[in-house]
Amino acid sequence: MMTSTGLVYLIALPLAGAAILLLAGRRSDKWGHLLATGLSAASFFLGLYQLSLMLGRSSAQRPIGQKLFEWISVGTFKIDAGLLLDQLSICFVLLITGVGTIIHIYSIAYMSHDLDRRRFFAFLNFFIAAMLLLVLGDSYLNLYVGWEGVGLASYLLIGFWNQKPAYATASKKAFIMNRVGDMGLSFAVMIAFATMGTVSFSGIKAAAEQTSTAALTGIGIMLLIAATGKSAQFPLQAWLGDAMAGPTPVSALIHAATMVTAGVYLITRSNFIFDAAPTAQLLVVIVGAITLLFGALIGTAKDDIKKALAASTMSQIGYMILAAGLGPVGYAFAIMHLLTHGFFKAGMFLGAGSVMHGMNDEVNMRKYGALRKFMPITFITFGLGYLAILGVPPFAGFYSKDMIIETAFNAGGIKGIILGSVTLLGAGITAFYMTRVMILTFTGTSRWDEKAHPHESPWLMWLPMAILAVGSVTSGYLLSNGDALAHWLSPLFESHEEHHELLPPIVVSALALTLVAIGVAIAFLKYSRSGVDAVAPSDVSILTTIARQDLMQDRFNEVVFMRPGQVLTSALVKTDEVIIDGAVHGVARSALGVGASLRGLQNGFVRSYAALILIGALALIAAIWVVAQ
Amino acid sequence: MTFITPVLNYTLLSPILILLAGALVGVLIEAFVSKTLRSTAQLSITIGTLVLSLTQVWKIRNEESTLVAMGSVVIDGPAILLQASILIISIISIFVIADTDHFTALAAALPGSDEERHSVESGNQVTEVYPLTLFAISGMMLFPVATDLITLFVALEMLSLPLYLLAGLSRRRRLASQESALKYFLLGAFSSAFFLLGMAYLYGYSASVTFAGIRASVVGGSGNDVLLLIGIAFVSIGLLFKVGAVPFHAWSPDVYQGAPTPITGFMAAATKIAAFGAMLRIYYTVFANAQWSWSPALSAIAIITMLFGSLVAIAQRDVKRMLAYSSIAHAGFLLSGVIALNKAGLDASIFYLFAYGVATVGAFAVVTLVRDSAGEVTDLNRWKGLGKRSPWVATTFAAFLLAFAGIPLTSGFIGKFAIFSAAYESGAKAVVIAGILSSAIAAFFYIRVIVLMFFTDPVQDGTSVQIPSALTRITVIFAIILTIALGVFPAPLLSFITDLATFIR
Repeated sequence: MMTSTGLVYLIALPLAGAAILLLAGRRSDKWGHLLATGLSAASFFLGLYQLSLMLGRSSAQRPIGQKLFEWISVGTFKIDAGLLLDQLSICFVLLITGVGTIIHIYSIAYMSHDLDRRRFFAFLNFFIAAMLLLVLGDSYLNLYVGWEGVGLASYLLIGFWNQKPAYATASKKAFIMNRVGDMGLSFAVMIAFATMGTVSFSGIKAAAEQTSTAALTGIGIMLLIAATGKSAQFPLQAWLGDAMAGPTPVSALIHAATMVTAGVYLITRSNFIFDAAPTAQLLVVIVGAITLLFGALIGTAKDDIKKALAASTMSQIGYMILAAGLGPVGYAFAIMHLLTHGFFKAGMFLGAGSVMHGMNDEVNMRKYGALRKFMPITFITFGLGYLAILGVPPFAGFYSKDMIIETAFNAGGIKGIILGSVTLLGAGITAFYMTRVMILTFTGTSRWDEKAHPHESPWLMWLPMAILAVGSVTSGYLLSNGDALAHWLSPLFESHEEHHELLPPIVVSALALTLVAIGVAIAFLKYSRSGVDAVAPSDVSILTTIARQDLMQDRFNEVVFMRPGQVLTSALVKTDEVIIDGAVHGVARSALGVGASLRGLQNGFVRSYAALILIGALALIAAIWVVAQ
Repeated sequence: MTFITPVLNYTLLSPILILLAGALVGVLIEAFVSKTLRSTAQLSITIGTLVLSLTQVWKIRNEESTLVAMGSVVIDGPAILLQASILIISIISIFVIADTDHFTALAAALPGSDEERHSVESGNQVTEVYPLTLFAISGMMLFPVATDLITLFVALEMLSLPLYLLAGLSRRRRLASQESALKYFLLGAFSSAFFLLGMAYLYGYSASVTFAGIRASVVGGSGNDVLLLIGIAFVSIGLLFKVGAVPFHAWSPDVYQGAPTPITGFMAAATKIAAFGAMLRIYYTVFANAQWSWSPALSAIAIITMLFGSLVAIAQRDVKRMLAYSSIAHAGFLLSGVIALNKAGLDASIFYLFAYGVATVGAFAVVTLVRDSAGEVTDLNRWKGLGKRSPWVATTFAAFLLAFAGIPLTSGFIGKFAIFSAAYESGAKAVVIAGILSSAIAAFFYIRVIVLMFFTDPVQDGTSVQIPSALTRITVIFAIILTIALGVFPAPLLSFITDLATFIR
């Protein structure tokens, strides 16, 4: 593989920005945001330059690496801190720095009234650096460092307005759920290390053939757990809705376009593991399928515009995870949907931010209405994103989502029919809840608070929205024209056998569009014709109530994770106090004939400690004796 | 009968001798220097002694490895590394020990008596802590370089006796402190008895008290195996007690909690280095050829220790007790380096000891900063929201916890990775798997403290963070820089250790 010395600057530029802004403190208040935006843009242009170099090389020569330094070297184990830029990571580099820069620009205006704007930009730059490290690391360990880094950035930014207790709680929830996922990743790294003695992508790819399926399945499941945590997939999805407490540009960048898609990156990058571990791969598909419906259903009942979009993100990432779980045929489509989704969802979040900006930070869609006239640019850009997510041709989502639906149908047998139906149904529900968002926000009658004076946002805010809207319209066509992305990525994945085609593409598209039309029609009948109350009606069916409560996900977590955790912990305390001490006393009494009563069971007696030592000594001698025999 | 004049190689022994001389000067200062100057004089003498000793260690680092003091002591690569580690840890610990009022005014006064009140009012200070600490350090310096059983035992007692005293000198909660000191002493005496008995068996086995002599018998396989096995078991008990391995750990939570916090930090870090240093030397040289006999039992102890320490730590409500159980878990991780019995295991263990020691002193230094009007606050519930009130202190503590948890970019990660890969290389897979599992469990309670500090609302109960004095600040900053630096650029130290660490037999 070719080496390069330039890759590190991709990460170093935004990292330097974060360091300068944090160290210079208040002195950089005046120019900090400009520096951060400039460095993010510089990183983007560096990425474009790398892409141009890559295009100039033959397919086999495209991946390039850079060894930064020898990180760990113990005995025969060596791990370098190294970077890898290949066809897959360049897609992410451009998405992260491109959308990242646009959102930096947007934030200059959005955060202009915040006293801590400089700190906000420092965190944003730090996030960009960490996310780039995540996608550029050449081993699971380097990826893990970036993975922890984006997590940290995410908590810092969700809790950015941490003077509000609810926001701090949201940040805590994100932290804990992500820790569960991160533990999965560390387990995966450790199992890989314990069975193959290496953690680099190339090393594991080479060693995977000689490794038992059981070990690979274990690694795969652990990677999937990691992905569910970071990408808010079932069953670790609950944090994403609460994460919307962060400033809206953060929701757009981290919780829509980039960080939450890290799970998709992880699974795609680990294709050599999942391809060899069918059970893990099947689980990936199941998780994706559940989440895509789950998120869509939650989306139908949310009145908070950001939470509705968050539920939609969850659902769309479900599509990507599902595609990634379909194996070599699906990876490219997962990445394609990821890229198009990066554009249209980030655009819609920025649109939501623009609406909030004009409506005194009101997030309840029932208090919006008729904003089309007051915010024409926001309406148009948001509307283009809306058409894209619905999958209306020729907008971006049409290409990427249809491909996934088609691939799901072609998975073969009953599996294909189930997955295909799920993805179709998801598309229909998506159409319903997105139409609902559109109607509640932009059309109908105004249901504003008295103090609201909606107005269009300044150009620094609408320009980024317009750029992203262009992406929402064109990216799908550009990426799928002549299978451009699929061909670009194909050298990375094992070639695959042709699948039986269950339904011709045109039929799939027709089915999808029909369902979308039905979804739109229901939403239209329900919300546009009959009007909307400014206050959410309370006499709703049990199903609506459940959906409003995020399908009971918090209740689920409480019953399944929190309660048993608490019981386990208190059981351990009891074990320590009663059983261990009790056993010591009991054994001490019988072994030594000490007539001590069992009254004082609590810790703290030297005699019980001494007895423990004695028992230990006897056990040790016995053990050595047994071994020696 | 002729008396052979002992030949002492003073240059190579100088680090230890300097410490002993410094400690004696400290005793004289207690007797002759006026009360007002004592504290300053003691601190400067102690720091001067430690720095001088460290420079001496640095000077002799490239001397050829050799036996000195008539074969009772060896100065080789590991000896240099361990002694340097102990000295560096001691220096940064001294700054915390010297800070403010951690120690009782008059150790002999009954808690709550008029005498105590009187001595507090007259501003007495127990400046004896400095010479006591120096004596303990000299014992720790001798422990891992001793090459006969007698010297080993003398060193063990030299390091232990001052620590028993130091543990009882806390200014607040004096009864708990004294209780812990007494417990430590009684149990220490108990385990020393095992150790002595083990020595006797080993002598009975090989008719020699020198490591070389015993090793020769083990290699030759002459002698009665029963004596050897009992000897190994009993000597191991003495060593395992000092490092706090299960089931010889029971003293450590009580003592960690009761002892003055700066002493706890010092003890947790430096004693571990000394005891594991001795353990590595004995298992790697003397008992190496009897690996078949002790390796399974030691592996079992390592696994139990890791799992027990990690599991029980979850349930702790007191930060010092939690760190005590965490230290037990770390003893288990370190045992996997002993079990590895290869060069990589030795290198990794030395790195781990140093990295863990630095982070431990740093963490306990932070614990001394969180206080209310009655002194340190160690109840974890009262650490809630610390991150909001004192972001820097909380962030520092979080970084130490992440190092204990072994999160990448901290020294703890490199240490764990190095030691587990050494054990993996040697085929001790069960130990590695248990280690990885308990690391994951352990990460849980470290993270819990971080959540408590950063994501929980503060309680208004008068808990506040003292602005660190210059002394404690030096320690904390040094420890945090080293903890991060060793996580990002561990290669220089690792290769330094690799080049130097070879036992001579």
